[in-house]
Amino acid sequence: MTQDSKTPEKPKRRTLLDRHATLERNATLLLVGSFLVVTIGGIVEIAPLFWLENTIEEVEGMRPYTPLELAGRDIYVREGCYVCHSQMIRPMRDEVERYGHYSLAAESMYDHPFQWGSKRTGPDVARVGGRYSDEWHYDHLSDPQSVVPESVMPKYDYLARTKLEVTHIGDLLETHAMVGVPYTDDMIANARADMRVQVDPWGDTDGLLERYPGAQVRDFDRNPELTEMDALIAYLQMLGTLVDFSTFIADDSR
Amino acid sequence: MTKHPKPDDKPQVETTGHSWDGIEELNNPLPRWWLWTLYGTIVFAVIYVILYPAWPMVNGATKGVLGWSTRADVQMHIEQVDASQTEMRASLTQTDLGALDRNPELMEFAMNAGAAVFRTNCSQCHGSGAGGAVGYPNLLDDDWLWGGMVEDIAYTVRHGIRNEDDPDARYSQMPAFGEMLDRDQIATLVAHVRSLPDGADPLSGPGGQLFADNCTSCHGDDARGDRTQGAPNLTDAIWLYGDSPEQVTRIITRGPFGVMPPWNTRLSEAEIRAVAAYVHGLGGGEPNAAP
Repeated sequence: MTQDSKTPEKPKRRTLLDRHATLERNATLLLVGSFLVVTIGGIVEIAPLFWLENTIEEVEGMRPYTPLELAGRDIYVREGCYVCHSQMIRPMRDEVERYGHYSLAAESMYDHPFQWGSKRTGPDVARVGGRYSDEWHYDHLSDPQSVVPESVMPKYDYLARTKLEVTHIGDLLETHAMVGVPYTDDMIANARADMRVQVDPWGDTDGLLERYPGAQVRDFDRNPELTEMDALIAYLQMLGTLVDFSTFIADDSR
Repeated sequence: MTKHPKPDDKPQVETTGHSWDGIEELNNPLPRWWLWTLYGTIVFAVIYVILYPAWPMVNGATKGVLGWSTRADVQMHIEQVDASQTEMRASLTQTDLGALDRNPELMEFAMNAGAAVFRTNCSQCHGSGAGGAVGYPNLLDDDWLWGGMVEDIAYTVRHGIRNEDDPDARYSQMPAFGEMLDRDQIATLVAHVRSLPDGADPLSGPGGQLFADNCTSCHGDDARGDRTQGAPNLTDAIWLYGDSPEQVTRIITRGPFGVMPPWNTRLSEAEIRAVAAYVHGLGGGEPNAAP
């Protein structure tokens, strides 16, 4: 990197274009410079989303997950369902005709992390709620090929035999509250009871339904015990059913 | 091997003035095609920013001169298809389903639309070939639980079976006989029921009395079932929940409860009628009662 002795007539004027030599010869400076450039790009692209008022439009019907649904969601994440199933109906005719109304940002506002996914080995499940019976979900999760012979989905029959962990559900709600989900102290205090009563059609569900309007109460796996299967089916049967689309007016500005 | 130019074959191009250990940097001009592509992209970007939504501002992104949006776009595509089918859908909604086969054009429309609806919504339970699965009825045969005329099928699709969402859903429930009969009685009944397709008399033999006491009110004295309550015909060899002694025992002990969701909330009346016509035409559909 030594300057050739035969070229001493190095320009004395230091134009801005010449100064980049300093940047190029100093690795640390170059790194800092590149980082600055990327940061500006990031700020321009990402930062507005945090203050733009129309990033998440207001819709009616969204509520935080019930404790049982949240536990089911954790199982969904744990089993890696998102690797093959997306939860994001894109605004295209073929998707809307197959899966239902395109997904709204508000529908994943309580998702931490979101489950949009980018790969569909299986179908999108953003609006799978209510589409099939509980029995179908039970049969399908236990042995997918028993109902869809051509499916490549693995079996999750052990969910029906695994008791649902109830001890830490309050903590789970609290954690979600920390990142912005509006779980109240009342919801956190009653988490365990709410979780149990959602699978008990004869239980006192007034509190649950008051805290989580429209929660579906029934024994999802037809087994009085509270299993992981209950939680996962409760979560799936709720997916995409919260927003009341009869009152939804699409804002065309997006 | 490529012939390397000798050091003194240096092309007559200006250098940038940089010299690194005696190696000089030639100041060749950029290829023209490359440069023009670059200018082209810049021009494209400027035009795009003017025409389409682009820059995020305080209350939203710039809208662009064209006023294009993803939502309006998908809306337009859906409306286009809707418009092209309005007439067919309207006449399908108004037509008498029983007389559909007398209108070949409408029939063809219904069969194609119905096939698409079936693949999207029904195949998960009833199979992509409509052959069904254990617990989910085969729609290819002529054994119908709730009726096999187009209107019957349309009603089932519209309101579903044993669901809590639709008050008009078809409803019935077979009791769990495990709570009423002991194991030996159930074993006798299982053997009796499994012999019915072979022509055994439902009311005689070792299980005859049990059958008469517990089963005939729904399945009938002749065990041929009752469509008003979805009680299956037990004299044919079609077993919704399997024909093995274990499977039949399980059903009698616990009672089956097959649920089908109502589809009138998800499908339009035209789509429901189309899929009913499609299912009816799969092979087992029953001719409509004479007017």
